[in-house]
Amino acid sequence: MPVVMDAERISRALTRIAHEILEHNRGLADLALVGVRRRGVPIAQRLAAELTTITREEVAVGALDITLYRDDLMGASVGLAPLVRKTEIPFSIDGRTIVLVDDVLYTGRTTRAALDALTDFGRPKSIQLVVLVDRGHRELPIKADYVGKNVPTSRQESVQVHLRELDGVDEVLLQGKA
Amino acid sequence: MALTALRQKHLLGIADLSPDEIVLVLDTADAMKEVGQRTIKKVPTLRGRTVINLFFEPSTRTRTSFEIAEKRLSADTLNVAIASSSVVKGETLVDTAMNLEAMSPSMIVLRHASAGACHLLSRICKASIVNAGDGMHEHPTQALLDAFTIRERKGRLAGLKVAIVGDLLHSRVLRSNVLLLTKLGAEVWVCAPATLIPPGLPQMGVRVTTRVDEAVAGADVIMMLRIQLERMQGGFFPSLREYFTTFGMTEARVARAKPDVIIMHPGPINRGVEIASEVADGAHSVILDQVANGVAVRMAVLYLLAGGADNETVA
Amino acid sequence: MKRLLKGGRVVDPANGRDGIFDVLIDGDRIAEVGASLSADGAEVMPVAGLVICPGFIDMHVHLREPGQEHKETVATGTAAAVAGGFTAVACMPNTRPVNDNAGVTQLILQKAADANLARVYPIGAVSRGQKGEELADIAELKAAGCVAVTDDGLPVATAILARRALEYTSMFDMPMIEHCEDPSLKGDGVAHEGPVAASLGLRGIPGAAEAITAGRDILLAEMTGGHVHIAHMSAWTTIEAVRQGKSRGVKVTCEVCPHHFTLTDDMLAAPIAYDTNTKMNPPLRAARDRDAMIAGIADGTVDAIATDHAPHHYDEKNVEFDRAPFGIVGLETAVSITLDRLVHTGVITLSRMVELMSVNPSRILHVPGGSLAAGAVADITILAPDLQVTIDKTRLVSKSKNTPYHGWSFTGGVAATIVGGRTVYSNPAVKLT
Repeated sequence: MPVVMDAERISRALTRIAHEILEHNRGLADLALVGVRRRGVPIAQRLAAELTTITREEVAVGALDITLYRDDLMGASVGLAPLVRKTEIPFSIDGRTIVLVDDVLYTGRTTRAALDALTDFGRPKSIQLVVLVDRGHRELPIKADYVGKNVPTSRQESVQVHLRELDGVDEVLLQGKA
Repeated sequence: MALTALRQKHLLGIADLSPDEIVLVLDTADAMKEVGQRTIKKVPTLRGRTVINLFFEPSTRTRTSFEIAEKRLSADTLNVAIASSSVVKGETLVDTAMNLEAMSPSMIVLRHASAGACHLLSRICKASIVNAGDGMHEHPTQALLDAFTIRERKGRLAGLKVAIVGDLLHSRVLRSNVLLLTKLGAEVWVCAPATLIPPGLPQMGVRVTTRVDEAVAGADVIMMLRIQLERMQGGFFPSLREYFTTFGMTEARVARAKPDVIIMHPGPINRGVEIASEVADGAHSVILDQVANGVAVRMAVLYLLAGGADNETVA
Repeated sequence: MKRLLKGGRVVDPANGRDGIFDVLIDGDRIAEVGASLSADGAEVMPVAGLVICPGFIDMHVHLREPGQEHKETVATGTAAAVAGGFTAVACMPNTRPVNDNAGVTQLILQKAADANLARVYPIGAVSRGQKGEELADIAELKAAGCVAVTDDGLPVATAILARRALEYTSMFDMPMIEHCEDPSLKGDGVAHEGPVAASLGLRGIPGAAEAITAGRDILLAEMTGGHVHIAHMSAWTTIEAVRQGKSRGVKVTCEVCPHHFTLTDDMLAAPIAYDTNTKMNPPLRAARDRDAMIAGIADGTVDAIATDHAPHHYDEKNVEFDRAPFGIVGLETAVSITLDRLVHTGVITLSRMVELMSVNPSRILHVPGGSLAAGAVADITILAPDLQVTIDKTRLVSKSKNTPYHGWSFTGGVAATIVGGRTVYSNPAVKLT
């Protein structure tokens, strides 16, 4: 199975993205990271650590579960209900710049759900999007502001992100159709 | 792999749930509780779904709790309250249900005075049936919210001593709680006057006593059950005063339990009958937490049933 | 016209007969029973492999007419009876109006004559309107054709009324049939009081509610010399009371229904939870009670198997368990259940089955039957003991389909039913050529 990104590549991408966030926002003022459960959360935490290393400033990190906002859950084809996990955003997002963090950007529907969920928590000044992998095939007009790696794929393939915190290893795999 | 869905289409009773399904409901309720703490306490999950609250018995607490849970999940809710008296001269439960069914609800939340009414509807309706209390049989969401509240306070259920005191004979709350708590490994003691103890409790894995001091000694949780005035008229005990002096939960009795004991009651409470006001309002009481947690637990149940594998989609 | 039933196994305990014999019927009477009878001038019915019994009598049936013809009528009920192998039924007085006067009795008998299937023996009420206050006109009922009295559906309300009824009926050789139930203990119970009812949240009826009334009536029968017949026993304590009464020489007889010697209250929980076709009064009880019924049947304490055939319309049963009426149909399942569960299992012999379903009911009610002696009325039940029978409620002859045995399979069934020399039912599944 082809490895698209290994641990070192992931690490370098996150360092680069941290710098891009700082450059784009001219610092960390009123900025907070919100990871989309599940794998967006450790990525957000790593980015926060990178930002702190660079600026020596603390940055707030939250976790967002978008299950209750999914548009495929209650629609035409109902499958198993995904497990609902807790959303933890222990700070006000009003007037802040929120950097939303997810592992893979595909159809854009997860991001759409995340935007809906976030706006239920308040009115951020702006929302930016970080993804580790952009694999294309958008179904909604959504674009990432920071991308770890663009990976051209076919719809039959699947992209699997493994992270140390959850999977014991850092790697991004591209799996062909079964 | 962790369980992500219930194995049933209906919630008829705790009897049908496995321990991992119970834990799934409680875990899901954890997430749902967070929704209730937001400024905007509403998620779009059940948008476009119709939930009918069909109540044949008066109920403020349970019905409003379900209604809030449904609204927080963005379901379209419809309350149908039917006084038992009009059923006597009017249409049967089956006819009522089939009429409502024609409106394509996703779920019917049923409260009914007859045990097994939910089973009857589950055999004739396409909608998922949620038991909101059927006669003296079960009240599963009450037991789930009780378990949620205990777990929230104690971090676990297994190994806790839970003393349940009150009318054991007529209580659906008792049946559901005994089933749930024993499935999750709690040590359950039940206590009542001998006239209010149903047969078969020891076979359900609980310790039965008529001595309240023995029931509460060293307890982690004391759960009180409501005593209804008509039970006294039915000759189950001589007077409310005698009941309170023999079985009422007083501060002196609470002192025999663990120092961090929690006091629970499904409500509505009869002050000075089964529980002293000082206990109901005291530091150990979690009675109002139970009410708040009821919404989260019912959201979890509605969500899990709506997404269940067997659930028919209603366009 | 003569008919010869040739080569069957004749089981006729009243005449000490059990073996391969021929039975010659002449008109409505039995002419002769013997080995290798001449077929001269008779129509021959070959019945080898089948069992020839004196006609079965179900002494506990609700025909529902007059008043509840949507559940059953005398015509449909007697059609179900003959399909179930019964040549006669005794019908309970809890009709609307109650059979507490000669008018109702005569109406039932007229309907039975019109239907012309099974014989019908009406049972009159003990008390006027079954209200438990004053005795019904029992002499009038007897003259009109009633064979017993009962307030069935309810117990005889008070000890003093039961005493008077036992004293009064003793003048007419009629038993007082008792539906044993203490109303205060029964309360609004709907199921046997025990762990199953407790787990289902159903209000209980303890076995003692039945045994208390049985005990009362046995003492009163002993005191008065009257004959009490204990209907549809369900509790082990009741059968114990009867056993003790019999040992003291009290004139007490008793019956058990097939559901009480086959089913237990576990049926209320599974396979169909709260199935209203498992709701009857007295209720299905615990395994100990069921086993006591079987033991009582085996040891001779039990005199009769009766069905308590209680038809109810589909709509009436398609409700909450609490609200459903008590009772199940039984006429068309009793023979198969008894053969399969009691005879083939070796609990009783075929001869004992005939005693329970023919000889003893005839003796208790003082009605003809129970014998295949020459000159006796030609009421005959022909059994196919090895027939495979699967109960299908949609194919029941009874107007009502409320049976808990739907889909059950049994070995043994009815081949044909002959009433007064006339074949009123023959089972298409059995070849009688």
